[in-house]
Amino acid sequence: MALLEVRDLSVVFQRKGEEPFRAVDGVSFDVEPGQTVGLVGESGCGKSVTSLAIMGLLPKRGATVTGTVTYDGTDLLKLSDKQMRDKRGSELGMVFQDPLSSLNPVVPIGLQVTEVLERHRGMPRKEAMIEAKDLLDKVGIPDPNRRLKEYPHQLSGGMRQRALIAIALACRPKLLIADEPTTALDVTIQAQILSLMKELVQDLGTALVMITHDLGVVAGLCDEVNVLYGGKVVEKAMRHKLFAEPRHPYTHGLLASIPRLDAAPGEKLTPIRGSVADNIPWTSACAFAPRCPNALDVCVQVTPPEEDQLGRLLRCHNPVVPGTPAAEEVPV
Amino acid sequence: MALGVSKKEKIDGLADTAGVSLAASAWKRLKRSPVFLIGATIIGIFVVLSVLAPWLAPHDPADKMLIEQVVKARNEIPPAQPGHLLGGDLQGRDFFSRLLVGSQQTLIVGVGATLIGLTGGLILGTLAGAIGGWVDSIVMRLVDVMLSLPSLLLAFSIAAMFARPSQFTVILAVAIVQIPVFARLLRGSMLAQRHSDHVLAATALGVKKGAIVFRHMLPNSLSPVIVQSTLVLATAIIEAAALSFLGLGNPDDRIPEWGQMLGDVQNVFDTHPHLAAWPAVCIIIVALGFTLMGETLREALDPKNRR
Repeated sequence: MALLEVRDLSVVFQRKGEEPFRAVDGVSFDVEPGQTVGLVGESGCGKSVTSLAIMGLLPKRGATVTGTVTYDGTDLLKLSDKQMRDKRGSELGMVFQDPLSSLNPVVPIGLQVTEVLERHRGMPRKEAMIEAKDLLDKVGIPDPNRRLKEYPHQLSGGMRQRALIAIALACRPKLLIADEPTTALDVTIQAQILSLMKELVQDLGTALVMITHDLGVVAGLCDEVNVLYGGKVVEKAMRHKLFAEPRHPYTHGLLASIPRLDAAPGEKLTPIRGSVADNIPWTSACAFAPRCPNALDVCVQVTPPEEDQLGRLLRCHNPVVPGTPAAEEVPV
Repeated sequence: MALGVSKKEKIDGLADTAGVSLAASAWKRLKRSPVFLIGATIIGIFVVLSVLAPWLAPHDPADKMLIEQVVKARNEIPPAQPGHLLGGDLQGRDFFSRLLVGSQQTLIVGVGATLIGLTGGLILGTLAGAIGGWVDSIVMRLVDVMLSLPSLLLAFSIAAMFARPSQFTVILAVAIVQIPVFARLLRGSMLAQRHSDHVLAATALGVKKGAIVFRHMLPNSLSPVIVQSTLVLATAIIEAAALSFLGLGNPDDRIPEWGQMLGDVQNVFDTHPHLAAWPAVCIIIVALGFTLMGETLREALDPKNRR
């Protein structure tokens, strides 16, 4: 059985006097122990909300979560606040996007690491400090003894993210959710952090859900990839398959819009036309249809079902034929 | 920062590698601010004088030793003379000694009222900011009601409610008036903290609610409250003086108090202005000292100025 089974997860935000907004719409995916699964999509496609829903961090008021999130046999959505608090940090770890604002500015790094160890592993402070030093060492922070006493503003961005990873992994969680962990870092640091995460998940056997808008991150890290669009999974495939033969026009467009080293000089990038704002509701159409180069009449009349076709799960009436070059250049 | 951060200071800040807490880095900047030093010097002298007043005062402030020089009918009061630097007051007591010992009352009332007000405000503000919901609504409506009255008027009403005024009733009246100011301030910054990334991150680590409030939210919300308490010290001193001036203070006039000294001489102010001027100047200088400290502290604790 999978470590994490997300089934038909939906999140609806409702404010008084406003139309309800369906941010996540029937998302399902599995994470096997030790596996790395990617959730990919552009801003506003529901990636982060999915992760917050799994962690039970959405506000009680205003957000309705339905579906099931089965972790190790228990439905996380049915747990009480207290039970969920015991799971968070010990079995489910999370790393956020902005390392500076995710650390408490008035508490030294050391205490922020030992806090989790004391809370979940019942360690006395002294023992926890020794463990904290080992953890910082493990995530590649030089001179950990000194860093333990320092405050977040004294660390560089990369070191802060390393510290956060150390905190998230302090109790050896079986599942780590990383919500755009490299977005706030510059490119060289991004690569370091990604290889660090890859190494740590392998060493500890931790399963990883990697949330990102960056297909480069996915290519280097993920076993399986879920491409999200408008709150639904539109294509789910193993990494190699997805990169070699993207079938959903959205995935195809994402890959075509990446600058390539082997492109001819002067060749222009191929954008996906339009923006997320052009979405039409999934209720009786494909949300991507207004932006899709392959759109047919049926796309705006019938919601494409999720089908096991072409060796992957695909939600599309008119998939891309393998070998198709990037969509024709569109005026931007 | 207007207070003269030199380039060298910035470089020093970068070179510093030891663990530097917010308090430590604020102190570093304060040490070099001339305005803060002036305020701190005033307050330092004031505190030392008031603590040592009983020993420094040349005479017993309650002893009517110059009473024979007071001639009510001819509006004569003892003038300055050897042994009595500022002469005597309306009852023939040594004016300089009373002024010196009077600083004690000012210090006790100012600090006492601020501490009680701060404690009350911290409790209410934490309740409102951490629990939210109906607790927040009730606390904040209460605060709104109190803030809708002018603070001095409210302090008068509270002080007047006590059948027997004493030093303690003055402290209490001034303190109660400050509670809503602190409560509102703390609640505001607690609310901002509640939605901050690091509180979400702590929640995602399963940190318990109590620890989230007291380790993650409260310490990050305190800066404005600390600044406010220095400023409130000045307000409290002025308000306590005002209460005493109007006769709502300690009725025991053997213990001198600046506000009361001002009130006592209202009728002779035109002929003997120095009797009013000295306590007034003292109040102003001490209030100014606290205000200068508070203002510079505000700038020093501003995270935007942090390097």
